[in-house]
Parts: sequence; C-alpha cells; structure tokens
Amino acid sequence: MTVLQSVCLIAVAVAGTAVVLTRDPLRQAVAFGTLGLALSVLFLAFGAPDVALSQIVVAGVAVPVMVLLALAKIRVEERAARDEEGDG
Amino acid sequence: MTRRVRIVLGLGSLAVLSGLLVWGVTGLPDLGHPRGPYADLAPRMMLDERHVANAVTGVTFDLRGFDTLGEEMILFAAALGAAVLLRAQRTEHEAEAAAAMEEERGPGTADALRALGAVLVGPVLLLGVYVVVHGALTPGGGFQGGVLLAGALLLVYAAGQVAAIRRVRPVALVEVADAVGAGAYMLVAVAGLVFGVAVMDNVLPFGTTGSLLSGGTVPVLSIAVGVEVTAAVTLILSEFVDQMLLRHGDG
Repeated sequence: MTVLQSVCLIAVAVAGTAVVLTRDPLRQAVAFGTLGLALSVLFLAFGAPDVALSQIVVAGVAVPVMVLLALAKIRVEERAARDEEGDG
Repeated sequence: MTRRVRIVLGLGSLAVLSGLLVWGVTGLPDLGHPRGPYADLAPRMMLDERHVANAVTGVTFDLRGFDTLGEEMILFAAALGAAVLLRAQRTEHEAEAAAAMEEERGPGTADALRALGAVLVGPVLLLGVYVVVHGALTPGGGFQGGVLLAGALLLVYAAGQVAAIRRVRPVALVEVADAVGAGAYMLVAVAGLVFGVAVMDNVLPFGTTGSLLSGGTVPVLSIAVGVEVTAAVTLILSEFVDQMLLRHGDG
C-alpha cells in the first residue's frame, strides 16, 4: 500500500467520524459532501477513476442538494407555523 | 433502558461488527491480483472485439448492457414517481406558487454565491457534455456526465435565478427528454434483436480504437443514458425546489 493510499484511508476515517459527530443537519450535509470527496480520492488512489467520478456526482452533488432542499422546506414550514401563532 | 446498558450494548455490537469487518477484509484478494479470469478477460475483450478503450464503460453498456437497461428504468420510474406524487399537491396551490416564484429572488442569496454560480454554469455544462460523449475513451459515461449536467442547471438556481431556471428547465421539455433517453436505450436494445442475433447485440461498426465514435453502440447508449439521467435528476430536484417554494407561498 502506498503512502497516498494510507493518507486517503485516514482522511476517509476522519471525514466519516466528522459526519457522525456533527449534530446539525445543515452542517452534516456539508460534512457528508467532504466525506464523498475523500472517498472519491480514495477510489482514484486505488485505481478506480470511474467509481471515483460516480462518487463525486452522487455524494458531492445529488445527496447534499436533496438534503438542503428538504431542510429548506422544513424551515419554511416552521416559519409559517410560527407566523400563524403570532397572528392568533 | 438505562444509559449504562445502552453503552454496553453499543460497544458490544461495535466490537462484533469490527471483528466481522477485519475477518472479511483479510479474506479479500490482494490489490491488483483478482481471483478468476473475468477481470483480465473483460478489458481485453472490450479492446480487441469492441474497440472500446475504457473497459468499465464497455462492460456497463455492452457486456452487461442489459443490467444497465434495468438500472435506467429504475431511475426513470423514480423520477416518474416523484413527479406524480409531488405534483398532485401542486395543483392545490398553483396560484400561491406562482407568486412565491417571484418572491424567492429576494435578498436571501449572497452576491458572492450568485456570482460563483453564474461563473461555474458554463464550465460545468461543458465538463458534463465531455464526460458523457467520452465515456468509451476515458473514465466517465452517461450517468456521471448526466448528474453533472443536472448540477449545472442547479447552479442556475443557486445563482438566485428562479425565473431563469423556469426558462432553462421547461418542465414539459425535461419530461420529454427523460422519456426520449429511456426510449432510445430500449430502441438500441431492440435493434440488436432486429439487425443482430439477440437483444443488446452490438450491431454498429466498431470504428477505430481511441476515436470518439469507437465501440459501436457503446457511445450511443452512453449519450442516451446521459440525456435520461440529466432529465430525471433535473425533474426530481426541481420538484423538490417547487415543494419548497410552494409552502413559501402559503406562509
């Protein structure tokens, strides 16, 4: 195993732990994207560039965007509920 | 359940899981020395018999092209399901949603984010097209490039131009593109049955290894999947965006 591969494995372990330890969903979405990027570099270091590309687009684009949009919807609904309470 | 019991239970199951993981990993073949002939035969077959330089795309769209057909239909069904479920609610709030669309361009987005989004749209679009059409030559292909293209359209949204994204992703056009991409894959599959000997038979000329149109049906299928994935991801994400804006109109 080369130095690059070892560094990548450690980076994935650190990023994965960071995702678990992050409690705020908004920050978690960003942390998850970082984990995805670390994983894609790992795949590249182990000679799988095709998988690395898929990893980037899924973990770096698709999943965080879906989480962020869901969070935005929840936030808007919460604000609407608060406004109604304020009026009544 | 007390905190103490939970900790003991958690640590116990973690120990079992790590034990299983270590046991499984030690049984793996060494890196670069796979067991069985498939790993050596597939790239050679793709290069010699199909003139495909990137063996991974060759396997995806030729050797196991039938699997990819199923996967494409899964994404198609997922996009269809998201559109059907989320759109049923939309008709109830159509008027408010329209008002919210205009409202959303308010001060919520930072100028730096808008500028960055606007600057990145072009390069990401180009990269997406490049990844889709070069699937048979370099790492990439229809799926990866398709998500990149959908991501480029999302950048238009990140740039704060909800009105603009309405224009760049007219829903009817996206839906048609989704169906055309899925249908094109089907047609190529059936073409193998009509002009060749079986479904998914590679009936087009293979071309010169390394040229853009090498690999017969491989680049055609890569582009079909690229169109389908772009449309499906755009459709799903824009339904999500509409959902978010919809409630905004109610509040």
